[in-house]
Amino acid sequence: METFVFLVGAAVILAGALGVVLSASATRAALSLIGTLFGIAVLFVAQEAHFLAAVQVIVYAGAIVVLFLFVLMLLGVDTTEDLSIEPITAQRPAAIVAGLAFFGMVMLALSAGADSVTGMPGAFDPVAGTVPDIVALGRSIFTTHVFALEATALLLTIAVVGAVVLVRKAETIDPDDDISPQLQDASTEDGEEA
Amino acid sequence: MLGDPLLSGGIGLEEVLIVLVKAGVAFGVMLLAVILMIWFERKVISDLQNRVGPNQAGPFGLLQTIADGIKLIFKEDLIPNRADRWVFALAPFLLLVPAFVSFGIVPLGGDFQDNGGVVSWFGRDTYLQLADPPIGILVLLAMSSIGVYGMMLAGWSSGSKYPLLGSVRASAQAISYEAALGLSLVSVIIVSGSLSTHDIVASQAGEGFFGFVPNWNLLLTGVVPFVIFLLAAAAELNRAPFDLVEAEQELVGGFHTEYSSIRFGHFYLAEYMNLITMSAIMVTLFLGGPAGPIFGPGFLHPVLPVVWFFLKVMLFLFAAVWARATVPRFRYDQLMGLGWKVLIPLSLGWLLLLATVRVGDDQGWNYLVVVAVCMGVLVGAAALMAAALSSAHKDRIAEEVS
Repeated sequence: METFVFLVGAAVILAGALGVVLSASATRAALSLIGTLFGIAVLFVAQEAHFLAAVQVIVYAGAIVVLFLFVLMLLGVDTTEDLSIEPITAQRPAAIVAGLAFFGMVMLALSAGADSVTGMPGAFDPVAGTVPDIVALGRSIFTTHVFALEATALLLTIAVVGAVVLVRKAETIDPDDDISPQLQDASTEDGEEA
Repeated sequence: MLGDPLLSGGIGLEEVLIVLVKAGVAFGVMLLAVILMIWFERKVISDLQNRVGPNQAGPFGLLQTIADGIKLIFKEDLIPNRADRWVFALAPFLLLVPAFVSFGIVPLGGDFQDNGGVVSWFGRDTYLQLADPPIGILVLLAMSSIGVYGMMLAGWSSGSKYPLLGSVRASAQAISYEAALGLSLVSVIIVSGSLSTHDIVASQAGEGFFGFVPNWNLLLTGVVPFVIFLLAAAAELNRAPFDLVEAEQELVGGFHTEYSSIRFGHFYLAEYMNLITMSAIMVTLFLGGPAGPIFGPGFLHPVLPVVWFFLKVMLFLFAAVWARATVPRFRYDQLMGLGWKVLIPLSLGWLLLLATVRVGDDQGWNYLVVVAVCMGVLVGAAALMAAALSSAHKDRIAEEVS
């Protein structure tokens, strides 16, 4: 049963990944990315990491790719890109090298198996205990790592407030500044109408 | 947190087949419910507007929806010239599939009072719900965030401006109200102590205050999260009075303007599926799911919870139709103002209150003092926020006038 789920999930992930790399339209690439993220979520469920699967779909597929799509739509990058131009020289060979290095790293981590270098549980070891993953995760986040959690929350709040402050217009327009007389007239007229 | 007893003894061919049959039955129930719901909505609206409504196809016009469906299938399928064909074809399914998946987590029946929600049919014990994942209600959030794609891509891929405007509106509205929806959901999760829909219903079984008031989350969470959830769900579903997405006067028909034939039918179907699913979820979260008095001879015992569940869902469905027939549509800035300035702060504040009461319970603090202090803090925060909003409003007016 698990093999079957894995095969279907892996097929979806690979198809999505190929779609991301091979489709010339940026929107379709983003859509393929959703497919990949969904497949990964299915594999998470198969590994009994239910919460991780939910977060994968809600945060990555549901929020981040939506943001990608919004940016694509607002910038109007809906046409096919010309792939023959290489804006940064030698980025393609570099990408191949980086990809192979990453692949090697993942294979190394997997082949290390149970006896890992860092002393942490290896890739094939089950996580100790039979507590449901949501309970275990909640306990870990809100006891051991509560300071990191609060710090992250504060950081995100600061980022949001900062973004709002940055995009705000200047408080008031000083009439003595170098606004042309026509513009000033137009603004007063608008004000009276409003 | 035991999960469905059907799946606890290993998964073989039999279990897979049973789950498949359950999925098929759930889909059939959903389709039938949608067909009847569309008829019900048209009939009730006609009554509220002093008209007759559909009365030609079948008795009381019951077959009207089927007739409309057949008509839609045989209509010409138009794809605009400038449309992105692949995405255009995909978008309706991105709305339809999540709508059905989130229905799968709703417990439709089962005696939660004495039996833990387990029903025995044909010698197998199971829950009367398609799936009971440990993440339960998070599936709803995940699926509603996928549904945003359907709306967004449908509008964008049409290659035409009104659908695009409609889809931007729709996705902005859905994303804004998802925050309030999620926060009021957390209140329920705190009170029930579980994410699983089955456990949420089970935690609401039993006698409440004074032996006759039901032990429902509606009362346990203090009504406020329920009201927030109701409003946010209506906005999420693009139902009146929040149906700006398809404001006919401004946008022709919203994100699905360019869709015709059965592709449009898919959107219509998804809309009603979402409406029924959301009503069922509200019953599950706040009104105790299939809870209700169980009496009479033995063969009635598995049937009665389903009847109670159906009646409670009907309550919400009727309210949705009623609101559509009577409440005028919001303006867009009012919609955003309600979502961001009222519902989200209120649900956050109420969540803090509930959490504090829980902590106070654990620590053995005086209940009344905890509530009084919390209320004081909440009122103070609300006053601060109101002051900030009004001064910002004044600044903006001054800026516009100068």
